[in-house]
Amino acid sequence: MVVFDKPNALRDVPLHYCPGCTHGIVHRLVAEVIDELQIEGRTIGVAPVGCAVMAYDYFNCDMIEAAHGRAPAVATGVKRALPQNIVFTYQGDGDLASIGMAETVHSAARNENITIIFINNAIYGMTGGQMAPTSLPGQITQTSPYGRKVEDCGYPVKVCEMLSQLDGPEYITRVAVNNVKNVKNAKKAIKKAFENQVNGKGFSLVEVVSTCPTNWGLTPQDALKWVDEKMIPYYPLGVYKDRSNTEVK
Amino acid sequence: MADKVLMKGNEAIAEAAIIAGCKHYFGYPITPQTEIAAYMAKRMPKVGGVFLQAESEVAAINMVYGVASTGTRVMTSSSSPGISLKGEGLSYLAGADLPALVVNVQRGGPGLGGIQPSQSDYFQATKGGAHGDFHMLVFAPASVQEMADLTVKGFDLADKYRMTSMILADGTLGQMMEPVSLDYEVKAPIEKPWAATGTQLKREHNVINSLYLKPEKLEQTNFERFDRYKQIEESEAMYEEYLTEDAEIIVTAFGIASRVAKNAVNMARAQGIKVGLIRPITLWPFPKQAYQNVIGKAKRIISVELSMGQMIEDVRLAVECKVPVTLCNRTGGMIVSPEQVLESIINASKEVNA
Repeated sequence: MVVFDKPNALRDVPLHYCPGCTHGIVHRLVAEVIDELQIEGRTIGVAPVGCAVMAYDYFNCDMIEAAHGRAPAVATGVKRALPQNIVFTYQGDGDLASIGMAETVHSAARNENITIIFINNAIYGMTGGQMAPTSLPGQITQTSPYGRKVEDCGYPVKVCEMLSQLDGPEYITRVAVNNVKNVKNAKKAIKKAFENQVNGKGFSLVEVVSTCPTNWGLTPQDALKWVDEKMIPYYPLGVYKDRSNTEVK
Repeated sequence: MADKVLMKGNEAIAEAAIIAGCKHYFGYPITPQTEIAAYMAKRMPKVGGVFLQAESEVAAINMVYGVASTGTRVMTSSSSPGISLKGEGLSYLAGADLPALVVNVQRGGPGLGGIQPSQSDYFQATKGGAHGDFHMLVFAPASVQEMADLTVKGFDLADKYRMTSMILADGTLGQMMEPVSLDYEVKAPIEKPWAATGTQLKREHNVINSLYLKPEKLEQTNFERFDRYKQIEESEAMYEEYLTEDAEIIVTAFGIASRVAKNAVNMARAQGIKVGLIRPITLWPFPKQAYQNVIGKAKRIISVELSMGQMIEDVRLAVECKVPVTLCNRTGGMIVSPEQVLESIINASKEVNA
């Protein structure tokens, strides 16, 4: 009999995330992977600024709260000081793709042996729904009330496509968590991203296309549909770079 | 006594840091401190350490934050505009109570300023340097020997009080060569049970953090930090007094300006003027006692600074305005001459004896 239980790597505390937000799913996937690889005791997580800021309260491993966008630099320091430990960052789109873009690109270019979980929900959640670097063209947000005009605001940043052009990184992939099949694939990708670090292979980033029903102004169910209808067409799922695999998208 | 070696100030800081057990350095090139990075790039691989040229000052200070989170000794260095970029990290280090060593080899400002020596980051260093209620320990070396000595001391006190130590040097001290002895008895590192090193499944998780959403909790954390600061103000202030016993005029200066000031004091003494020197070695905590000691004795204090006058405000506060304090300065990368300081002393002497 399979009993559904909380992964050991997650603390037994209520999460603050909104109903229908997929942060909880991704937290659980990360925790399951930490359990399965039996690395909790030597794992150090780095939390972002944004909705996941309090991730430091949710994981059982040692945790560090970083300044906005600086998680890859902080993780670089941790990994350089403790190369035998497993170091991951958990970052949103504003954190990773806007204010922290330099830290993201250069940690990838250096092939730092760290794991990055990148939540792309096309909006700033914590501050109440402003335009993100990944907000879609035409997307209405608090700071693009007439829809994101690419003439004024430019185009969304496609992180996986961009990073995969670098020689440095080991593994760059984009997944989603809006249905069971996608969640299973996301788990596989996250596991590989941690295994790569355990095996000393280097920089691994998993972009998780996620939801923000609260700030998208949608019900949780409609938000999952919006991922299929709007997000995934702009942000195609798949492996963008995998040095251990010749089959590259 | 070990042999002395001839070193640049920047190199003395770097070697002293390695001797103090700092095996992690992160930096970004900027004049006039790049010798520190160059020295570390050569030396760190040979001592099993880490040298990493970061993509920016911002990244470098956050790498420092990461290493410090693990309880490992770590440093970065920069010069004035670069220190401004590090401001964010300095505030987070303070908020998370992390020990680190940061070197500022000052150059003229504001803005891109120049690349010649300056002391115009005094306010930035001593009054916080970034957002929020916090202080750093600030050391002001006046010789290549002190660049090394205060680096070692800076690491020890940073660990002891869980805060940032800043070496506030300047372009002259960084570039000039003097004989230096690096014969230190290195203390065993203190325990850091708070560090993020992995739980090994044997303890509750450690969290390195500066976020407190409940204002009562944040206030309490700040109160506790400032209790520690009070203890530091009472026990860690350092200064040098020179010929102050009978002095009716006190010249005060730190760092390279104090070397010029001391020359001028000697020249004035040769003319029979009763003048002495107070040289703060720590700028925070500011050695108020040294100034309070001369209240009622000194009739004038001259603050000699390579800025538009920044330390002068702390001097005035220290003497509670009971002694007039005047400024003798150059700025923008210019350095005061002994003659300029001597002239200030002679003028002051005439005024107080008129």
